[in-house]
Amino acid sequence: MKYKNLIINDPKELMFGIAPNPVKTKRGLVIGGGQVYAELNFTLPVMSINNSTLNQVYTHYREIAEGALEHALHMNSKGIVLEFETLLEMTKTPSIGVEIVKIMNEVCENYYQKHGLSSEIRLTPNDLREFERPARQRSSQHLEPMMELFEQGMIAGGDLLSIESTGGKEVSDEALMMCDVKGMVFALAVLGVRDMHFLWEKIVALANKHGKIAAGDSACGFANTAMVLAEKKYIPKVFATIVRVISVVRSIVAMEEGAIGPDKDCGYEGPFLKAITGIPISMEGKTAACAHLSPLGNIASACADLWSNESVQNIKLLSGMAPTAYLEQLEYDARLMNAALNAGKVHAHILQQLLVASDVYTDPQALILSPENVIRISNQLIKGDSYVANAKNGALAALDIIEEALLSGKMKLPELETGYLPILRDDLNTIPENESEFIAMMLPLLDESKFTLAEYGL
Amino acid sequence: MEDLLVKLLEAVEFGKVDKKSPYPPQLRDMDGAHELTISAIEAGIKPQIILEEALIPAMSKVGKKFAECKIFVPQMLMSARAMGASMFQLKPFFASGAIKTKGTFIIGTVKGDLHDIGKNLVSMMVEGGGWSIVDLGVDVGSDKFVEALKNNPGAVIGLSALLTTTMVNMGEIVSTIREHAPETKILIGGAPVTAEFCQHIGADFYAPDPQKAVEYMNKLAS
Ligand code: B12
Repeated sequence: MKYKNLIINDPKELMFGIAPNPVKTKRGLVIGGGQVYAELNFTLPVMSINNSTLNQVYTHYREIAEGALEHALHMNSKGIVLEFETLLEMTKTPSIGVEIVKIMNEVCENYYQKHGLSSEIRLTPNDLREFERPARQRSSQHLEPMMELFEQGMIAGGDLLSIESTGGKEVSDEALMMCDVKGMVFALAVLGVRDMHFLWEKIVALANKHGKIAAGDSACGFANTAMVLAEKKYIPKVFATIVRVISVVRSIVAMEEGAIGPDKDCGYEGPFLKAITGIPISMEGKTAACAHLSPLGNIASACADLWSNESVQNIKLLSGMAPTAYLEQLEYDARLMNAALNAGKVHAHILQQLLVASDVYTDPQALILSPENVIRISNQLIKGDSYVANAKNGALAALDIIEEALLSGKMKLPELETGYLPILRDDLNTIPENESEFIAMMLPLLDESKFTLAEYGL
Repeated sequence: MEDLLVKLLEAVEFGKVDKKSPYPPQLRDMDGAHELTISAIEAGIKPQIILEEALIPAMSKVGKKFAECKIFVPQMLMSARAMGASMFQLKPFFASGAIKTKGTFIIGTVKGDLHDIGKNLVSMMVEGGGWSIVDLGVDVGSDKFVEALKNNPGAVIGLSALLTTTMVNMGEIVSTIREHAPETKILIGGAPVTAEFCQHIGADFYAPDPQKAVEYMNKLAS
């Protein structure tokens, strides 16, 4: 791993709205430059996307953008980001995705010119390689439309580039359901890391070519999936906690390849990335409840630079359209954080402490997101000589933190959960820090028909 | 003889696949579902009895514990694997007609959609309820469902969708199935799906979770 020291060492410096390496956008947002902005995520209501519905699709996205920006203007917003998570048809046929970016960018530009309201689009194409099993991460025909949407989409006005890439998912899908921590380390720190290098080298090159911002890649298919499963009581929370920490070594590869943030929200691994690399991050929390529940509603915002939600359908509520309603909620949260920042360090710190204190001991997944614990775990995530070692050390540090919280009586967990702690620790301790040794150990344990090593350059 | 069935039930309930399997720790070095099924067959216990008095009750206990949040999915998966090991030994008796399951359940995630965690859980629980499973995987269009139905006449169909833009594909699949085999029972599920939507597209039953699906299917079988 490229990073050997933390950019943020002091938990007090891990603060919302402030990042050591802020990102400036073309319409003048300075993300991480001293204030928090809202990042709105939205999606289509129940409908199919085909030639006969395309106009309706476009109308939805225009309405969403107009509704959000009009209300942002009304609320005196200092700027917003529109998080365009494409749906599959929009990446399979890149011209559809590009057209939607164009439409929304027109709206953004219009509000900028007429009213001076700054807004940008985060473009997130789908990782279509998931459609092939075993995955052909490097030789897949699907890479072409994905890259085309990246390139044409940024030309059309997509300023921040992200993806939720799926390298290693063919292994992690089963490992998640079996609580197999070694399988998760293999999926994320061996396969995921390699795929991230492969993919992000390309994305960064495209972004540089067009003067756009390579933002980041969230471990949605791993860390978010784990959290949602834990929330449904399908897998232990303590396991989901460890998965989030392990996912950091995979997501950080985007930064190693040149991504500069704001990191994407839905894997919730951003705070670690911010501490290690100094980039600004986007986070979602209580505002994601429209799409899935979570145990870290407040604490997730403790060091967010963009405050986001999760896909909300463009349907009508009593107040208006749902994306507009969500924009309002995000904007109020951002206002509160900005008021604290404007009042000075002490105030910002008090607000952060309250956001942390209200969640931290209610769930191990919240526990590891307190600034102190983020820094403590981040130190372990960079100290080793391999991604595998870093994943292991980070995960062990998270286990220590959970056990300390239990011992002190501050956090309580049922036996069903605590029973997994020694199992996870023993399992982690069997992982050799040398990557080749780890691969040699894992291959006989895995179903090799499910993945192709050559597709990961192995 | 009964002792063997009790042991097999226990092996499946606690996920003991075979003797060499280290899981669960409390059954270490004891016979697992694999060995116990072979012994049961050798002892002359009827395969149908093995299924009905050991495997299905074991999985029903597992399903109950899961519904009451007393175990997590990994434990349930180990039980499903143990049941699989047992079913493998019983396979010849299915082929010869010596045992019958409650029927066949064809399940898949619909066209355009790759979310499969929910679908996999449903198929596992339905299998544990004593049904044969044909899992068509993800991104499945109507033709594949129709073909599977031709190979398994009278089967019940399960459709899963997680995206607002793919759940609409369920409607097309339901109509195509109805054209070929109007009597087919079709269950649907997935986060954006609702009972109204089920009614709207003419499917037979919406289940929010696997337990409700199994309850409904057991009613169909009785
Ligand atoms: C995990 C997840 C993923 C994982 C999937 C991993 C996998 N192997 O399945 C990954 C990361 C890969 C993924 C990808 C995508 N996802 Co997704 N995903 C989720 C998430 C967070 C949880 C789904 C889940 O597994 N839940 C746990 C299981 C156990 O629950 P379940 O599936 O609901 O199943 C239960 C019941 O519904 C029922 N059931 C399910 N099926 C059936 C069938 C029958 C017959 C019956 C009776 C019952 C039944 O029983 C199950 C057990 O209780 C949801 C959020 C949500 N609210 O669902 C988003 C969500 C569905 N995804 C979403 C999106 C946008 C996507 C992507 C397009 C993102 C992207 N940027 O590429 C891709 C699309 C991939 C594709 N082609 O399908 C959006 C949907 C937006 C929309 N318009 O509908 C959601 C709502 C999240 C969001 N972003 O806001 N996703």
